[in-house]
Amino acid sequence: MLNVLAAGVEPSWYLVLSSALFAIGAVGLLIRRNPLVMFMCVELMLNAVTLSFVTFSRMLDDIGGQAVVVFVLVVAAAEVVVGLGIIVAILRRRPDATADDLALLKG
Amino acid sequence: MMLAAASAPASFPLLTAAILVPLAGALVLALIPSRRAELLRPTALLFSATTGAFTLWMLAAFDRHDAGFQFESTHTWVDDFGIQWHVGVDGISLFLIVLTGVLFPLTFLAVSPKHDPKPYHAWLLMLQAGCIGAFAALDLFLFFIFFEIVLVPMYFLIGGWGYGQRVYAALKFFLYTMFGSALMLVGIVSLAFIHRDDAMERATPAQEELTALQESVDVRESSGVDVPQEELDRLDELRAQVEGADQLTFDLVDIAEGRADVLAQEQEAIEAGDMDARDSWNPLDWEAAKWIFLALALAFAVKVPLFPLHTWLPDAHTQAPTAGSVILAGVMLKLGTYGFVRFGLYLFPDASAFFAPVIATLGVIGILYGAVVATMQRDIKRLVAYSSVAHLGFIALGTFAMTTQGIGGGVLQMVNHGISTGALFLLLGMIYERRHTYEISAMSGLQKAAPVLAGVFTLVMLSSIGLPGLNGFIGEFLVLAGAYLTLKWWAVVAAAGVILAALYLLWAYQRVFHGTPTDDDLATPDMRAGELAYMAPLLALIVFLGVYPKPVLERIEPAIASLVEHIESTTDFVEPDAATSGFSGELVDSHAGDEGGTDHGAATDHGEGE
Amino acid sequence: MELLDLVWLIPALPLAGFLLLVVLGRRLGEPGAGWLATAMMAGSFGATVLVFAGLLDRPEEERVFGQTLFEWLPIGGWQVDVGFYVDPLAVAMALFITGVGTLIHLYSVGYMHGDENYSKFFLYLNLFAFSMLMLVLGDNLLLTFLGWEGVGACSYFLISFWFTDPEKASAGKKAFVTNRIGDWGFMVAMFACFATLGSISYDEILGGAGSLPETTATLIAACLFVGAIGKSAQLPLYVWLPDAMAGPTPVSALIHAATMVTSGIYLLTRANPIIAVADSWIQPTIAWVGVITALFAATIAVSQKDIKKVLAYSTVSQLGYMFLAVGVGAYVPAVFHMITHAFFKALLFLGSGSVIHGMHEEQDMTRMGGLRKYMPITAATFIVGWLAIAGVPPFSGFFSKDEILLYAWDENPALWAVGLVTALLTAFYMSRQVFMVFFGEERFTVEAHGEHAEHGEAHEADTALDTEGSEAEALEQPGTAHAPQHHVLHSPPHESPWTMTLPLVALAGLAMVGGAIQLPFTSDLHFLEDWLHPVIGDNEAHIDVATGTKVGLAVVAVLAGLVGIAVAYAIYIRKVRRPVEPAILEEGWRYDSTITAFMGGPGRAGFEGLTTFDAKVVDGAVNGVAGLVRRSGGGLRGLQTGFVRNYALGIAGGAVLLLAYFLAQVTF
Repeated sequence: MLNVLAAGVEPSWYLVLSSALFAIGAVGLLIRRNPLVMFMCVELMLNAVTLSFVTFSRMLDDIGGQAVVVFVLVVAAAEVVVGLGIIVAILRRRPDATADDLALLKG
Repeated sequence: MMLAAASAPASFPLLTAAILVPLAGALVLALIPSRRAELLRPTALLFSATTGAFTLWMLAAFDRHDAGFQFESTHTWVDDFGIQWHVGVDGISLFLIVLTGVLFPLTFLAVSPKHDPKPYHAWLLMLQAGCIGAFAALDLFLFFIFFEIVLVPMYFLIGGWGYGQRVYAALKFFLYTMFGSALMLVGIVSLAFIHRDDAMERATPAQEELTALQESVDVRESSGVDVPQEELDRLDELRAQVEGADQLTFDLVDIAEGRADVLAQEQEAIEAGDMDARDSWNPLDWEAAKWIFLALALAFAVKVPLFPLHTWLPDAHTQAPTAGSVILAGVMLKLGTYGFVRFGLYLFPDASAFFAPVIATLGVIGILYGAVVATMQRDIKRLVAYSSVAHLGFIALGTFAMTTQGIGGGVLQMVNHGISTGALFLLLGMIYERRHTYEISAMSGLQKAAPVLAGVFTLVMLSSIGLPGLNGFIGEFLVLAGAYLTLKWWAVVAAAGVILAALYLLWAYQRVFHGTPTDDDLATPDMRAGELAYMAPLLALIVFLGVYPKPVLERIEPAIASLVEHIESTTDFVEPDAATSGFSGELVDSHAGDEGGTDHGAATDHGEGE
Repeated sequence: MELLDLVWLIPALPLAGFLLLVVLGRRLGEPGAGWLATAMMAGSFGATVLVFAGLLDRPEEERVFGQTLFEWLPIGGWQVDVGFYVDPLAVAMALFITGVGTLIHLYSVGYMHGDENYSKFFLYLNLFAFSMLMLVLGDNLLLTFLGWEGVGACSYFLISFWFTDPEKASAGKKAFVTNRIGDWGFMVAMFACFATLGSISYDEILGGAGSLPETTATLIAACLFVGAIGKSAQLPLYVWLPDAMAGPTPVSALIHAATMVTSGIYLLTRANPIIAVADSWIQPTIAWVGVITALFAATIAVSQKDIKKVLAYSTVSQLGYMFLAVGVGAYVPAVFHMITHAFFKALLFLGSGSVIHGMHEEQDMTRMGGLRKYMPITAATFIVGWLAIAGVPPFSGFFSKDEILLYAWDENPALWAVGLVTALLTAFYMSRQVFMVFFGEERFTVEAHGEHAEHGEAHEADTALDTEGSEAEALEQPGTAHAPQHHVLHSPPHESPWTMTLPLVALAGLAMVGGAIQLPFTSDLHFLEDWLHPVIGDNEAHIDVATGTKVGLAVVAVLAGLVGIAVAYAIYIRKVRRPVEPAILEEGWRYDSTITAFMGGPGRAGFEGLTTFDAKVVDGAVNGVAGLVRRSGGGLRGLQTGFVRNYALGIAGGAVLLLAYFLAQVTF
């Protein structure tokens, strides 16, 4: 599939897309207060990185990058399970909770 | 017994069993349900006593003519790093292991906790395993693990079953000793790597020759030419030399003997005049040796404890429960002094000789300082804690005098101090149980109501004071006499410590047992038969070791003698042989000007004089 | 089997007694425990006599016998055995230790009657005898040291025997600690022997002494002398002995007069070959320390009011004489005086015990007087002891003291002069004591209907008296002198039971004829000197004094004694003048109180200071580091806000910075 696309698409496009996604995710993480949205932003950043891994893997012809992607997928899946679980549990208790309300770890 | 003993060592890993049995006991305790709490103590006692029996068996089967390690057992553990389960016993560690084996069951018998018996007994069993392990370990990494692991049970024992300020004391104990041994790990790891690099470097010529020879042999073989047999032999020889040179090892014996080979060669070169002095040795080795020795010495000095690193001890002792104090004073402090002998003198004879005057000075300061501070204590447990500082100062002095008598006396004194101070803390526990206080001023004239307790206390106290005929004296005397040979003025000053020992103990005894008893004092019950029963073995040992220490000495001596030989062959230290050099009078005169000098080794100084 | 092989029995019997009493003591009770202990001592005496006979059998040059029981400390080429070294000196010591010891044990059977710790007393007494015998019979310095420390420990137990009295408990501790100062010297001497000779057995030390370098020999001799000073209560370490009188009187007689305190003399006599090699300043130092102590203690004794204190200072003074003797090379007279002194001083102490017993625990001489009517045997025997110590011929003290003065004269007339003054003072204060106690008017009244107080109750009932007595002993507080006053007794003074008087009579006999073992003027009668010759040999000073001078010196010495007696008679019986008893002498030149004040003041403050240093500086540094970590952690804690977005911002900021850094690296 990549071969077909590669005909007209430069690898740098993927990188641009990847950084755009990452930037959106990062900014979203910083400015939003809804934990669920923030969590989605984190996912976005994760996927952005995954995308760049794949791209570099292709560019450098190194399978290692794709191997990392598999790891990231597994980690992301685990993270979703635990993270979403926590967030749902919190929101169930306090439906209007924002991230700033959850400062129990204040030193 | 002897029959069994003769066949045992080969077939049965006695030492490994002695370490694993208490650990298994701790596991078993964890499985006992809480409602059967009455089973806890007998079970713990059973496992602990089994361990004790193993150690006694070992004592019986020990070959007293053998200076090397016995009951050795080696198993690969972490192959990549060359970490092994390597345990073994020689004359130096034998009696410490037996002491650990015997003191723990007595402690189980003597005291039971006021609450939470399950973790209490389990922690104590783990402690026993850890202590035996540390005394038996012949692998640096294994030793480190045991050395550290004993902190955990003791931390929980002090923190969980101690007195008023137990949390503070437990934390201080843990952090202080942990801080001391943090650098030890660095030292051990760097030592292992330096040892490997060194081995590789020394194997380089052989490696090169091997590669070249192998090539030429290969060429000839492939072309069908006959290879002479001697070349093939040489090939095997070279392979054997190169074999394992790149393998990392933490094995104490390998590293120590490897270092000793190099040092002995250099020493020979110095003596032959090919090298000027120690400075011209491979500078990296010598500098590294000094630093690594210091890293290890710091850990041991905290544990001993040497002045001025001792202040965790009084707090830990005062706040620890009776069992904690007994084990802490009886066994755990010896990890430090034992470490000095095994990982100081044996592993670093060069650096030990270099730093000997410094450590001996700290020991002597500890003797006097500990005694003076002990005199002014209001809490009798604190007093005994400071007395330990003084007593262990003697051991440090003897060890770094590096004479057979000094080191041997030090090892003997480790055992003696374990017995006497262990007994002393048991007695203090009895007093606390009756009076609920350790305040000296809260008691008076106890001898009136409790003459047997007073009598037993007197005996133990006199042993601690160092009365001839009791065990404490023998060790102290040998230490001082041995130290006099190489560190004359240190010994003379340290001998004054015996005056102070009499002062603080007799004064405390006078305030607690003599004087006019109050009603509370008169109501203090005397020792019970059961209490006398578990004190009896300790009392018997106190007298026996004072009257007839020969069975102990003759088992210690071969190991010490070979250790001293080891030091002599690797450094310019020469043990003054009084018996043959006699009448020369050199000793008295050659040191007359040495009075204040701690910067330069009197030990080595003397060696040159001989 | 040879008789000499029995030597192990000599210490073994008291040791067996001790062990039996540890186990059975309470069950045996009174008087069984006492008789058991006494029997053991008597057996030990018997064994000593047999060994003596065995040694006597041998020709003079073969009078050394060794017996090794087992190896004690074999290590690194050194070997210390537990064994015995039997030579004339050891046997002479053992003879009078067991002999006098048996008598004192017997005496104690009566004296300790009714004490609640009756069996414990005998247990300690037997242990003491064992230690003392090990001290003299041991075949090496370390075994002697074992006895040396053992007698110290027993002395401690026995001085603080009545431990409920804080003063007595304190006196015991003081004795032990002061002795330990001397023991330090002993230990260093042993180390030096080990280091140079590789052995501390007497065989090798004494044999090898000749080849010792002078500096080493000097060091060893000086250190042994320090040890002897502590044990034998010489200046500056004598302070424990007067306080040691807090113990029961038989203890004072046995330990603090006859045996233990003389072990310093024994040690120096034993070490005579080393002293001979040592630097020449050693011996004069010993002599001067001895003679100054003798004079010093005698001056204190003239003002004491406590009947036992007089004897205590007198003991210090007489020990000074023995040191003088050792110092002038008069080893035989030193041993001679040690033996006669053991007889008459034990007698005097036991007599004073009998008086105290008869007076219901009264020790203040100002409350006595005219006692010879009530206790005739005690009075008669005490008078024998008095004449002996005063140097009146033909009692034993005359011969031994005269001999010492003779040697002193030959060495240095100044030593002789000081010794002579001391002799005069000795005669004076002893006469004063005898006159105050046994003669003159009764300074007490007997309550008409008083019931005879039993001895045991007396201990309990007379606590008040006890306290007063020990106040006087304490010495620390100036001005505790009791004004002479009438003292009320519940019952008349009484003579003591036979178990107490029999030893008195026996000792009186010995004090009377003890001089016969070494008669002056003709060397044919120098039995002791001949006996000790193998031990001392040529190290004994050779005096070159004409017989006429000898007689003259003896006459002067006797005259001095008589003058002392006459003066005392004039003052205390005829009341020609008021007694001069300055307070400063009663307080022992304030020597002890000064030391006590120093120890209690600056000494204690120093100890306190170091303890504070430990808590504040050494431990303070540890806790300071902990506090520093805690505070810096507290400061950094503010960074942990708990807001996720803060952390995210931090991470983002960090990422940007890193990026910027790497970009900068690339660009430039």
